[in-house]
Amino acid sequence: MWWRSASFILDRQQEQNTSYPPNPESLLLSYPPPSMADSLQNPKPDISAYYQTRAAHHAVVTSDWLSQAQAAVSLQTNDDVSSGSDGRVAPTGGGTGGDNKTFSVIDEFNSWRKQPDLAEAVAAIRALAAVIRASQATTMMELEIELKKASDSLKAWDATSISLTAGCDLFMRYVTRTSALEYEDFNSARYRLIERAEKFGEISYKARRIIAMLSQDFIFDGCTILVHGFSRVVLEVLKTAAENKKHFRVFCTEGRPDRTGLRLSNELAKLDVPVKLLIDSAVAYTMDEVDMVLVGADGVVESGGIINMMGTYQIALVSHSMNKPVYVAAESYKFARLYPLDQKDMGPALRTIDFGVPIPSKVEVEKSARDYTPPQYLTLLFTDLGVLTPSVVSDELIQLYL
Amino acid sequence: MDPRRTARTVSDPKVRQVGFFTPAPPERSISDPPRFQDPIQPPSPSSTQVNDQSPSGNSLSPVMIPPAHHHSDNFLRTALQATSPPKAFSYSAKTVTIPPENEDVASSFSPGRKVVSAKSPSSFPGVKASSVPASELTTVSVVNLPPGISEKAGGASVEVQNDRPVSAKTLKEKTSKAERRALQEAQRAAKAAAKAEGTKASSAASKVVTSANTKPSKATKPSSQKNDGSQVAASEKKGGDRAPEKDRKKDAPHPRMQYDDKSRVEKAKKRAVVKQTEARNRVELFRHLPQYEHGTQLPDLETKFFELDPMHPAVYKVGLQYLSGDIRGGNARCIAMFQAFKEAIKDYSTPPEKTLIRDLTARISSYVSFLIECRPLSISMGNAIKFLKNRIAKLPLALSESEAKSMLMLDIDRFINEKIILSEKVIVKHAVTKIRDGDVLLTYGASSVVEMILLHAHELGKHFRVVVVDSRPKLEGQLLLRRLVRKGLSCTYTHVNAVSCIMQDVTRVFLGASSVLSNGTVYSRVGTACVAMVAHAFCVPVLVCCEAYKFHERVQLDSICFNELGNPDAISKVQGREEINYLDGFVNQENLQLLNLIYDATPSDYVSMVITDYGMIPPTSVPVIVREYRRDHLWS
Repeated sequence: MWWRSASFILDRQQEQNTSYPPNPESLLLSYPPPSMADSLQNPKPDISAYYQTRAAHHAVVTSDWLSQAQAAVSLQTNDDVSSGSDGRVAPTGGGTGGDNKTFSVIDEFNSWRKQPDLAEAVAAIRALAAVIRASQATTMMELEIELKKASDSLKAWDATSISLTAGCDLFMRYVTRTSALEYEDFNSARYRLIERAEKFGEISYKARRIIAMLSQDFIFDGCTILVHGFSRVVLEVLKTAAENKKHFRVFCTEGRPDRTGLRLSNELAKLDVPVKLLIDSAVAYTMDEVDMVLVGADGVVESGGIINMMGTYQIALVSHSMNKPVYVAAESYKFARLYPLDQKDMGPALRTIDFGVPIPSKVEVEKSARDYTPPQYLTLLFTDLGVLTPSVVSDELIQLYL
Repeated sequence: MDPRRTARTVSDPKVRQVGFFTPAPPERSISDPPRFQDPIQPPSPSSTQVNDQSPSGNSLSPVMIPPAHHHSDNFLRTALQATSPPKAFSYSAKTVTIPPENEDVASSFSPGRKVVSAKSPSSFPGVKASSVPASELTTVSVVNLPPGISEKAGGASVEVQNDRPVSAKTLKEKTSKAERRALQEAQRAAKAAAKAEGTKASSAASKVVTSANTKPSKATKPSSQKNDGSQVAASEKKGGDRAPEKDRKKDAPHPRMQYDDKSRVEKAKKRAVVKQTEARNRVELFRHLPQYEHGTQLPDLETKFFELDPMHPAVYKVGLQYLSGDIRGGNARCIAMFQAFKEAIKDYSTPPEKTLIRDLTARISSYVSFLIECRPLSISMGNAIKFLKNRIAKLPLALSESEAKSMLMLDIDRFINEKIILSEKVIVKHAVTKIRDGDVLLTYGASSVVEMILLHAHELGKHFRVVVVDSRPKLEGQLLLRRLVRKGLSCTYTHVNAVSCIMQDVTRVFLGASSVLSNGTVYSRVGTACVAMVAHAFCVPVLVCCEAYKFHERVQLDSICFNELGNPDAISKVQGREEINYLDGFVNQENLQLLNLIYDATPSDYVSMVITDYGMIPPTSVPVIVREYRRDHLWS
């Protein structure tokens, strides 16, 4: 049933649009169709900026990344929006209303983003708060339009990042939906907005702590926790548990291709938590020893399912079939108004995969970076709103957006 | 209970409570009666019955517990058969029914009413809460209410069911208005009690108590009929002489009447406009649903046209169209009904010495009961009627008649536009994003929204194939198929028997729904559940498209409790194929039971997504929509 895959269709469309790289080998092939043409030689435009940031933060330097960085250096003038290896090249249209000002949301966002501890959404929230502060608007409407423009340009900057989009949307909701605004004069209203924006930024920043506190009840002495990928929330949860003198053991998956699991195991080893590394394919093998699965999330969607690093879905499936609970730690700014029906129902976030050996160009590589785990395989979500069942996510989203 | 909503809109992520928590205690004041029937409240058995009776009128009760019927009868029986009646009961008998036996019952109302209403109104809200035993006088009204009503209402408790919700709703919003309503309520209750007592006293003198169950209804009937005749003479006070309308309202069986209850069916039948002859062999499990011989009513009803003077011709026409099956489908029926009501409101003029609000509500109720006789209401229609009645009840009193009428007609137009037409468009907009190139979409039956979705996706130039699954006996899918093929979509047509074979190729299942219930159960054309289950087994996502006005707060676990029975002949005979009509002459056989169900219930497990005007939501979030928006849009 591979011909139904949306990513396949998208790939094909993409190739028809972008002037099709002159790849002699693919021309020789009549079947399978030209979606094979992309290979390691020309991976750059496909890669989601989100994963590039992550790679930079996690200090994972793959050979691809290096070659890509070099390519980027040589192609400084490239005006592709997603040329993220040097993020300070701000795309046009991201500025404030007045052209004479040099302030740009993207710049602001990128400067916040450089802090490795700050989540992307929080960085976006801070950047948007800075927009309000720097704004020279004189009416509420003007300010709102400006804010809208800024958040749109932020969203457009990286369409693949769910938390960035969701964070911007939530910010707009949180900041602008105050009924008190109409009755005040502009300046006090503006201060109120800034106040709210800062409060929201603060709340989002603290969300991780709250989640860590809430989830302590679920980690009991002597338990074994399987984690997948590197999530700062999960790390915070485990760190807090270790500080609380809980005795537990952690299984880290390797987290191919960017080896995020390795990084998590390093961090945990620093905390003297017993860690065992597994290769990604050993999940089912070790599942009978595991007491619970704890994962982070890139985004929490409306059905209550999560979008997370590739491999989460299969871990959830395995643990579901072996009756192990699957817990998700996610901040509420990751709640997104998306509703994927299946794996291919969302825009794929692509990334490079380093196999260590050259792959012949005839071989197709699945480059999608994340998958969707449906809600029926999740037990609970630890969020800063509380410990929720998956179905409450939609409840919360309806409350927020409608 | 609005504070919660506003707190939500401010959306402070930190302090918000999550999930289904109970509202804060101050919100439960006495002046604000519980909106939904509170099941965990029974201080005593009698008060629960009172409770059962009143808010269940709010609609069809939220939770369905199958054969809980007869309770009012039982209660009545116990109340009457008790050797020494309760003190409150006898008290009211003493004070209220002073009138001599042979005096007209109708005239005896006024003293009785005055006695009670003078004292009770302030504490009357106790009826709703029913946990506060105030003075003895209030308990009179509390205790007497159910028997009085069930005696009065010949055809079950239709009148109560129809009247209560309006008053309950208005009670909620304004205290001054609420007090007024409470007073009226008290008067009515007192009247009911008085009537009951009076008739009992009068008939007890002459007759021997044969059976406590049937007697009161027999006794009350003459009085109400008398009222009917002496309509002009009895008109003395504002709300005092609503007897004819009330009787008419009582005529129709309640939508949830249990048709296996013989005595009630008899009573209902006596007053019915449409003479429905009951089918003889009914399936055991579905005896509680009405099943009629089809084909006989239409000419019968046509001849009656001039006898039914209060029926507006537009309503009459729509009723006949329902009966003959010319109008079908939740939206179409709802729009047709509302347009007929609009006509009726346009031609309406308030009779002298009546108020528009009360009289028009009664009028609409009588129309509705006529429509129910023609065909049981769909849930969408029920919601729409609730909306209209609420609008009528909330009309400002200062409005002139023409203003009020034009306001109501505007409301009706707005409902049709916003809740049906616009929301269909929004659903289409959402659903189209889920159709990709190369998809194979399956649909079952003929849903207007699904048709719009498919056509719109086709207009957008998406390449997809459609599988239309159909079933006997209605073969509605062919209509849909015809329209799709004409527009140039590539279609496959098959019957539901083959759904497991065709499902392999399908990527999405789009289904329409008659209603989505609070537990996510989809109530739809029979066969939908089967299609959804097969799709689930093949891991094909099932998308249910349903406008939010069709949502209902009821919970239903099976399709037995509440359903509609179609014509059994339709499944036993195949038109135009004489050679396979093996059942000719067997239809009235004692050991043959034919079952033609119209609806079924699809459990929410098989539904991946509900597409509604509020966006795409999981079926678990239906109660959120019902809770949050019901009041805002439908009932305000």
